[in-house]
Amino acid sequence: MKSTASFSKIAYLKAKIKGDEIFRLVSAFFALTTLLIVVLMVYELTRGSWLSLQKFGLGFITGTTWDPVFTLNFGALPLILGTLTTSAIALAISVPISIGIGLLLSEYISKRLEFFVSFIVELLAAIPSVVYGLWGIFVLIPFLRNNVYPYIQAVLGSLPLFSGPIYGGGVLTAGIVLAIMIIPIISSVSREVFSAVPLSQREAIISLGATKWETCKIVMSYAKSGVIGAITLGLGRAIGETMAVTMLIGNKFKVLPSSLFDAWYTMAAIIANEFTEATSDIYVSALINVGLTLFLISLMVNVIARLIVWRTLRLVKGVSRG
Amino acid sequence: MMDNYRIRKIKDRLMRILLWSSLIIAMIPLFSILLDVFINGARAINIDFFLLPTPTVGEKGGIANAIQGTLITLGLASIIGVPIGIMSGIFLSEYHDSKLSQPVRFINDVLSGFPSIVVGIFGYVLIASVIGFSVIAAAFSLAIIMIPIVTRTTEESLRMVPVAIREAALALGIRRWKTIIFIVLKGGRKGIVTGVLLALARIAGESAPVLVTMGYWRWWFSGLNRPASNLALNIYLFAISPFENWRTLAWGSALFLILMILGISILIRVLTRGKYE
Amino acid sequence: MNRQKLEAELSYKFEIENLNAWFGSKQVLKNINMKIKEKAITAIIGPSGCGKTTLIRCLNRMHETVPDAKVTGRVLFNGVDVYGRDIDPVQIRRKIGMIFQKPNPFPMMSIYDNVAIGLKLNGVKDKRKVDSIVEKSLRMVGLWDEVKDELNKSGASLSGGQQQRLCIARALAVEPEVLLMDEPTSALDPISSAKIELLIRELAEDYTIIIVTHNMQQAARVSDYTAFLYLGELIEYGPTRQIFENPKNELTEKYLTGGFG
Repeated sequence: MKSTASFSKIAYLKAKIKGDEIFRLVSAFFALTTLLIVVLMVYELTRGSWLSLQKFGLGFITGTTWDPVFTLNFGALPLILGTLTTSAIALAISVPISIGIGLLLSEYISKRLEFFVSFIVELLAAIPSVVYGLWGIFVLIPFLRNNVYPYIQAVLGSLPLFSGPIYGGGVLTAGIVLAIMIIPIISSVSREVFSAVPLSQREAIISLGATKWETCKIVMSYAKSGVIGAITLGLGRAIGETMAVTMLIGNKFKVLPSSLFDAWYTMAAIIANEFTEATSDIYVSALINVGLTLFLISLMVNVIARLIVWRTLRLVKGVSRG
Repeated sequence: MMDNYRIRKIKDRLMRILLWSSLIIAMIPLFSILLDVFINGARAINIDFFLLPTPTVGEKGGIANAIQGTLITLGLASIIGVPIGIMSGIFLSEYHDSKLSQPVRFINDVLSGFPSIVVGIFGYVLIASVIGFSVIAAAFSLAIIMIPIVTRTTEESLRMVPVAIREAALALGIRRWKTIIFIVLKGGRKGIVTGVLLALARIAGESAPVLVTMGYWRWWFSGLNRPASNLALNIYLFAISPFENWRTLAWGSALFLILMILGISILIRVLTRGKYE
Repeated sequence: MNRQKLEAELSYKFEIENLNAWFGSKQVLKNINMKIKEKAITAIIGPSGCGKTTLIRCLNRMHETVPDAKVTGRVLFNGVDVYGRDIDPVQIRRKIGMIFQKPNPFPMMSIYDNVAIGLKLNGVKDKRKVDSIVEKSLRMVGLWDEVKDELNKSGASLSGGQQQRLCIARALAVEPEVLLMDEPTSALDPISSAKIELLIRELAEDYTIIIVTHNMQQAARVSDYTAFLYLGELIEYGPTRQIFENPKNELTEKYLTGGFG
């Protein structure tokens, strides 16, 4: 009698564990799909670029010709340079503005106003890339061409960077629009790391007779690595941004543009612009190879950025707790 | 000493002005974009705009086929992406002590930062290069963009469900998996809906992955294994075209898209309001 | 006659008149009136949540740095109302050092810079002068011999007790007239606490010190005057000896004998 009772209890326990175990495994399986996707992505992008990789090898990254018509020679160096240059311009413009917004949100603005301002910053992030492109073509380009670039040239025209004809679109224009597009990510992540700075740090400096700005400097230096992480995240966004750049940079394959007003190309832009029209297998493969290169660069940037942000937030929170 | 203090005070005021102007500088393009899209878009909108498909040069037309195609593509993407996202969110929140959860969370964060065009190329190589440009390939790519967003918001909202509720359910002898599905998920429902909406707002505006997986389609939807028209991609193609009626449609489509995304963001704000107050 | 009165007033560092303080709609200080003697140690005791910390944070206008905080009343510091119309809180704080409950050195700065930061804020650029003040401040807190060979190490590399002494040195470097201490030993081990207490006694030769503590023994050991606060009201205030040996108020006696949980 007694033994039957305990037997059925064990059976009940087993069934209970089984159901829970199955559910745990199923959800783990789904959680693993993201890992699987990234692995599969590496594999598929390599497979798609195989023709190009075989023909050009590592020379693809250093090559400076792009001839889909006659020689079928492809090299991506100018595209990489174009991507890095436009991203650098974007960072140069957006970093000071974004850090300013981050400080404003975490140090100056009351909670109630913060809700409103962060909503506006989020809106900026919610506008699709193509709409930035559309606005860029019909509003920003005419504005810059008529009201800004001629004055820049008048002052700085002796420098090669600002000489040459002004089309409106081009490297600088693409950089400006990219800057607008990455302000939300940099400012929201820096706000997060600034807010994570322990209050005791602020009070220490305020009690020594610091002004608000001097308090901000302490906050910034405490959160320095987190801000670097935020900037790296912004860089990751800028590197991969496609449609707006495609619509504004002029899409000309050349090793170096003659000035910042000149047309150029980026990795993402060439894929968007030429992919549907690529005719030969090697041409398609070369474009996928550009995609693979972009993938690897942005993987690197993103991993570094995430590691920095994660580490800082954990470190900062650890300190304030301990 | 006094002079030094005056300089510090001036610097403090100057920096305050600079910080506020950084916010104003960032708001100028936002308002310019919204204003231009509303003014130019409003001109494009009439009854034809909602009822007719993409026109040929110089004819009357609208975005009816693009709305249809976009809805179908987003729907299919959600069918693929939402369950995966919710399930991995459940895993990260309910089994957060698992060794897997930290790397999965990390990969998720990294995946959310990937360029969408690369995700598109992945969809092309894996699917479109086999069955051709199609709604399936586009939806697959967009689903991958959705997953990290849904995962993250699901995890966050489930974590806000008090432990006491879980314990109460477990104490009643309800199994853990049933507790999660019927009680915890119910508690985090609002957050999950928010996550799905957020993901939809994001992919509704994606055009780069659509371009390389589905290409351009001017007609009505004609099967999941064929391309369909897409609102966001249309904006690109219409904007770079030389035809006046297409450009007008580009602004109209942009207005429609922005209103859609704005609507979703406001809905999200309303849904999450209680959470932050 | 007038002169006598003036001198009597001057020997008070602070004169607090009708001070009220709020967090949002919650009043934490109710009509506090007290005068704090110069170059003496005044301890503020009371059960937690009674407004001890808020009281000292009103003296250097730190209270108002918290959102929704509000203050009314007057706090005369050297005879000048710190809440006066044209008074800049930043300048008030420079003359009043503050030590916090948990040591809060700047971890991204070296030990040297931690002490020198206040001087740098005030535009002292002469390297030799800064060096000598840093050394003097570290000596005053008895830290110099322990850290003189590793001044470039991070301020966070020190032990808890050393960090708290570093924070005191940081406050001393700008040559304040007053030191406000908010439970400065509550996060420290007994040996470090004892060192800090000794230091506080030494510092009282030159500074006016106001210390908040929930440790009654500590108040009895270090202070010259003691104020007992309960639910935001000043219940009793007087020489420490009198308060501890012969409290006039029933509540004070109850608190001192452990009558409240």
